[in-house]
Amino acid sequence: MSLRRSLLSDSTTAVATHNPDLQHHFASMEQQQDASVMGMWVFLITEIMFFGGMFAGYMIYRYLYYPGFVEGSLHMDFWWGTINTVVLLCSSLTMAMAVRSAQTGQRKAIVGFLVVTIFFGLAFLGIKAVEYDGHWSEHQFPGHGFQLLDEYHQPSPYTSQAEVFFSFYWAMTGFHALHMVIGVGLVSWIAFHAWRGRYGPHYFTPVENVGLYWHFVDLVWIYLYPLLYLISNKHVSG
Amino acid sequence: MASFGVPIERENYLNKEYGISSWLLTTDHKRIALLYLLSITFFFFIGGFFALLIRLELLTPAGDLVQADTYNKLFTMHGQVMVFFFLIPAVPAVLGNFLIPIMIGAKDLAFPRINLLSWYLYAIGGLFMLYTILNGGADTGWTFYTPLSSQFSDSHVIAAALAIFIAGFSSILTGLNFIVTVHRMRAPGMTWSRLPLFVWANYATAIIQVLGTPVLAITLMLVALERIFGLGIFDPQRGGDPLLFQHLFWFYSHPAVYIMILPGMGAVSEIVTCFSRKRIFGYKFMALAVIAIAVLGFLVWAHHMFVAGISLYAAMVFSLLSYFVAVPSAIKVFNWTATMYKGSVSFETPMLYAFGFIGLFTMGGLTGLFLAALGLNVHVTDTYFVIAHFHYIMVGGMVMAYLGGMHFWWPKISGRMYPEFWGKLAAMIIFIGFNLTFFPQFVLGYMGMPRRYWQYSPEFQVLNVLSTAGATILAVGYVLPMVYFLWSMRYGKIADSNPWNAAGLEWTTSSPPTTFNFDETPLVTHEAYNYDELDEPKEVPVER
Amino acid sequence: MSGHIATKKLYVGVWIALMCLTVATAAASRIELGRFNVVLALLIATCKASLVALFFMGVKYVSDKMTIVVIVAGLFWLFILLSLSMTDYISRHWM
Repeated sequence: MSLRRSLLSDSTTAVATHNPDLQHHFASMEQQQDASVMGMWVFLITEIMFFGGMFAGYMIYRYLYYPGFVEGSLHMDFWWGTINTVVLLCSSLTMAMAVRSAQTGQRKAIVGFLVVTIFFGLAFLGIKAVEYDGHWSEHQFPGHGFQLLDEYHQPSPYTSQAEVFFSFYWAMTGFHALHMVIGVGLVSWIAFHAWRGRYGPHYFTPVENVGLYWHFVDLVWIYLYPLLYLISNKHVSG
Repeated sequence: MASFGVPIERENYLNKEYGISSWLLTTDHKRIALLYLLSITFFFFIGGFFALLIRLELLTPAGDLVQADTYNKLFTMHGQVMVFFFLIPAVPAVLGNFLIPIMIGAKDLAFPRINLLSWYLYAIGGLFMLYTILNGGADTGWTFYTPLSSQFSDSHVIAAALAIFIAGFSSILTGLNFIVTVHRMRAPGMTWSRLPLFVWANYATAIIQVLGTPVLAITLMLVALERIFGLGIFDPQRGGDPLLFQHLFWFYSHPAVYIMILPGMGAVSEIVTCFSRKRIFGYKFMALAVIAIAVLGFLVWAHHMFVAGISLYAAMVFSLLSYFVAVPSAIKVFNWTATMYKGSVSFETPMLYAFGFIGLFTMGGLTGLFLAALGLNVHVTDTYFVIAHFHYIMVGGMVMAYLGGMHFWWPKISGRMYPEFWGKLAAMIIFIGFNLTFFPQFVLGYMGMPRRYWQYSPEFQVLNVLSTAGATILAVGYVLPMVYFLWSMRYGKIADSNPWNAAGLEWTTSSPPTTFNFDETPLVTHEAYNYDELDEPKEVPVER
Repeated sequence: MSGHIATKKLYVGVWIALMCLTVATAAASRIELGRFNVVLALLIATCKASLVALFFMGVKYVSDKMTIVVIVAGLFWLFILLSLSMTDYISRHWM
């Protein structure tokens, strides 16, 4: 094991031998922390590949059925999508602030920022629910009864291509929303423990790891937004 | 030296605590390895049971044992159970879990609770698989091709997909654990270039598990969504492309075969060095080769799709890449052989399995090259040639490596020696049974017998009968170690810490090891496989 | 991230940049640029993603090179999946 310079403050290493959070199979808090964070990053790349499968399918079908994808995208609500993007970016800010508060040992700030993060997360999910409700009542769910109307309120000539687009819309945003729900759960869990005073400069790895997860889910949305909502400004002619 | 008699039993990981909750709530990597051992052995026999039914049906050309639909379910369940519930977890989750922390001088894996979670996920997936089987199974083939799986099949596709999805997470977590463990938990002096090749092999496997399995997960989810909600992304009538499923499926499932074989190769390296009393030939190349296999293995998946309808240009690219991936495997075979050259070779049971592995894996691998050639692929794809090819690697290769590893490390795991005569006998029976089962299948395939057919043309019968006879012998061979391993736990010779006088940190611990493996963190000062030092007739300081 | 503590100003600054880039991508989508629309959109998305990763996730200050290797590996593997599967679809009509 190479010796790496520890960036932790002296107080942390002094506490290490008596740190009640040190698990028995680790030699030091630094090793435990490094392992824990590395584990979260490895987990995140599994998530890259999980969503990656859907991005691959999306890319292939957009290549094959561009007009239908344009049509589908035009039926997205530009404003809800944009607001949701802003909401998630704000939540990443508050999440980062929460981790920072843990690093500086400000208990109330940790809890405060985490609660605001939860609020933003729930707002995102609420908006998605509104969008889903809208798409559902417009029969824009793939399968029997799928319908897509063009700008003249007639069934679009690209309906079946758009149906493929909507399959990806529902699947990709659905899995994203599922990850958001899990994220809200995780943030709530650490918010509770933060309120109990569990985290501080000596131990904040769970906050850091939940933060990494939360930012990752935001990253996925950063790509979903333009790919689903911003494909084109106008219908494909002909 | 091993001895009979009543030992004063020192405290070890087996006797430290008794009671079912001490096993079901354990975080000790060694106990978790045994939990896996029990479960994968259970599924091995279930998968084997389906294999026997298949071979029984194929005794005669007519479809007379089962109906055609049932036959589809038999080969599907055989494949799914064997691939996902035996081959993928076997060496990593049993031997890897047990040995990797000890081999690197650590007290446990990086994340012991995630390790236990990993087993629970496997067990839950296994329960879903049992549910699927008891309710009639899936009939899509283990490959789940659409649109049969996504639309037309009325068998239990979703239950099977769910079982595999859950077991896939078990695999991902094991891989994640191994990667972080090897990076962060090595004892002082245990540099990357001193790691046993078994650790390198499992590390490379872990990379594949982490990067490949999630794609299988999403693919199965999409099939389930298509089935439940009628989405249409794989439905040709609505513009979907069934080949998209195949691309996504094989993106995982080709590297998956390297998940299955690499840990076995790691075990073979440990065995060959010990029973040749020699350092491995070309350590650096052996380590680089497993990494190369892991990486290159991700670039070849469409060789499973040559006749499915992909573009000819893509086919040429994937064919060329498939030839590249054979190179590191070949390097390994050469290096094992070179290790034995001028070594002091002895033929204990583990070494018999290692020999079997090297020969049979080579045959299986070479036939892979046949399959990678586009022109020849058209003739032999979807025939018994393919079946023989992958069974040579999976059964002749991987299962033999697994059994070799189990015999090699059995004294360490259980504190007992297995009976050597029965070990050798079982190995011989398995070797003979294996070749009798699968060699005829190469001929059958080349002659044109298609795979997954429940009845066949009468001229294929003789070879099929030979194959079934072989399968029966093979079954006997597999039952024997079950019996004598169990027997040995009570009546076997008590093993000391290093009955093979082998190199490696695991042989410096007691047999079986204590719960935390080492009393003190070891300090590693020498390269792996230092057999020249071990066999010197001078006193060698051993880390205790 | 474990060691380095960023300033609140830095985080707010990154957030402002992210807001601007969001406005930019929304606005750019209203302009007809043909094939270039998707390129620009993905470019902006990648800038945003980089800001989140480097600063909010702390990749810029990470002391351990392995984190970078892990991230690059994940992205490279995604690239393999996307590019090699596209070779099939792009070339299907070449014959």
